[in-house]
Amino acid sequence: MIATLADSDLRHAVEQFLFREARLADEHRYEEWEALWTDDAIYWAPANGDDIDPEKEMSIIYDNRSRIGVRVRQLLSGKRYTQDPRSGLRRIIGNIEVLGREGDDVRVAANALVFESSQRGETVWASRNEYTLRRTGEGFKLARKKVALVNNDRALYTMSFII
Amino acid sequence: MNMMPAAPVWGDMIRPDRVRGALYRDPAIFELELEHIWYKTWVYVGHESEIANPHDFVLKSIGLQPIIMSRGGDGQVHLLLNRCTHRGNQVCPKEKGNSPMHTCPFHAWNFGSDGKLLGYAFPEGYDGLDKSKHGLGRVPRVASYRGFVFGSFAADGPSLEEHLGGAAETIDRLCDNAPEGEIEITAGFLKHRVKANWKFILENETDGYHPAFVHSSIFSVADSAIGGLYGAKSTALTRDYGNGHTELDLRPEFRKRDQMLSWFGTTPDRLPDYVAKMNSAYGEEKARKIMIDGTPHVMIFPNLFIAEIQIFVIQPLGVNDSVQHVTALQFKGAPDLNRRMRQQTMGSVGPAGFLLADDSEMYERTQRGIQAHDTDWVFLGRGGHRERRDADGFIVSHATDEVPSRGIWKHYRSLMERA
Repeated sequence: MIATLADSDLRHAVEQFLFREARLADEHRYEEWEALWTDDAIYWAPANGDDIDPEKEMSIIYDNRSRIGVRVRQLLSGKRYTQDPRSGLRRIIGNIEVLGREGDDVRVAANALVFESSQRGETVWASRNEYTLRRTGEGFKLARKKVALVNNDRALYTMSFII
Repeated sequence: MNMMPAAPVWGDMIRPDRVRGALYRDPAIFELELEHIWYKTWVYVGHESEIANPHDFVLKSIGLQPIIMSRGGDGQVHLLLNRCTHRGNQVCPKEKGNSPMHTCPFHAWNFGSDGKLLGYAFPEGYDGLDKSKHGLGRVPRVASYRGFVFGSFAADGPSLEEHLGGAAETIDRLCDNAPEGEIEITAGFLKHRVKANWKFILENETDGYHPAFVHSSIFSVADSAIGGLYGAKSTALTRDYGNGHTELDLRPEFRKRDQMLSWFGTTPDRLPDYVAKMNSAYGEEKARKIMIDGTPHVMIFPNLFIAEIQIFVIQPLGVNDSVQHVTALQFKGAPDLNRRMRQQTMGSVGPAGFLLADDSEMYERTQRGIQAHDTDWVFLGRGGHRERRDADGFIVSHATDEVPSRGIWKHYRSLMERA
């Protein structure tokens, strides 16, 4: 299916998906954001390097689909105090590269820069992101998102929004 | 030095059931804490398993001072100051590794994994330099309990075992949960920074009053039996071991349930390998008791928190700046349980954790709150009327009572007044 898309059309579709995912995260539209994921999803933010083995070492976030659901329900509970009041967020997703296709999956990489304003102050989060997008009847779904923060080896402030 | 203001009158700031907000806010008090707590008493540094092999090293700290925890070629654990004895340069910039020597990049002075000066560049420039007098500085006293390595900058003072006192039993209890009787720290640390004073973290670790509120969001959406442990009807206990060590003893609740591994929210059929190894290590009767009681929830003053399945190490950076280093405990000989402890740890702690992000929010809000002076009392009187002594003579009370904070501050005052 994806193979039939011209490169420019694929790139456009990928970009639109990533921009939408970014906007839903920025605007705390948790239910719509959760609906982006496939059932076998992995949402991963490694710690202490970009290439650690998350099955052996600590990650900042290492969520399967079920845990993504818990994360969203906690944010929606009205008592997730670290996000009440919510962080003000805007992010730029850039340097988007389509790395390859495999069946219905498209592997994509991008840079991300997130500006967060909270009661603590202002924090800038920078990362290299990798995505696996899956072509489905309803358009792309998100099967994997890896957020490799450039400072993930250092002490980080609370990051309780959707990165 | 004689420009220093007069020392605070600690009795005016610390009463048995209340303390002044200035204790969390005043940079001069933070400096005094460095001197009289961090650079004097026993402080937890790291675990022996982090430097399992000869010449392994890992960077640590005591207070603001950078430490290399290093294993010498002979297997001995050293706590070395990460400061070149030539001109003070940081010798080792690498978080961890294995090397028989550390070479300072500034002028190529060379130190062994035991801290001894091995050599230096262009030796003819010195008219005989006694190498034995220029080894890396070291923490004068180093001691280990069940693999937990502590350091004290005081050349003399209570031994580590005297310092741990009754709380040593909690470390034994933890290690008993490992089939081979040892825990390991191998999964790497999450480092979570907060704009708050270290003592808010210290006190919160064994505060059983907050979970029902601060953590209600996760208790309400996750299938968790933790919430009930901290309710008004809980039979769990807060305990003051003395020397600033405090515990939230959940065993009464787990014993009521009388189910193995209930402390971990699971059942024996889900961890058959672990249960089999425990049975063969301890015999079924003792293994059953261990697996009902579970691991401790204990805060070893001033900076080691054993939180059932994790350890936290508290690092102060400034009066309102701290880091919580946290990782999953790993039990030697229990790969199936270890995997689940890592998974649960990643979910609950660190900068994005279901639990710790909210705790840290409270630390930062309290730091902002106590900028308002008002009467400046922080009130810690909860449960004062129902404290009692347990069979070992330690003060205990209801799970939600502020016995731990009172115990911590009593010890704190004694350290500061002794100064």
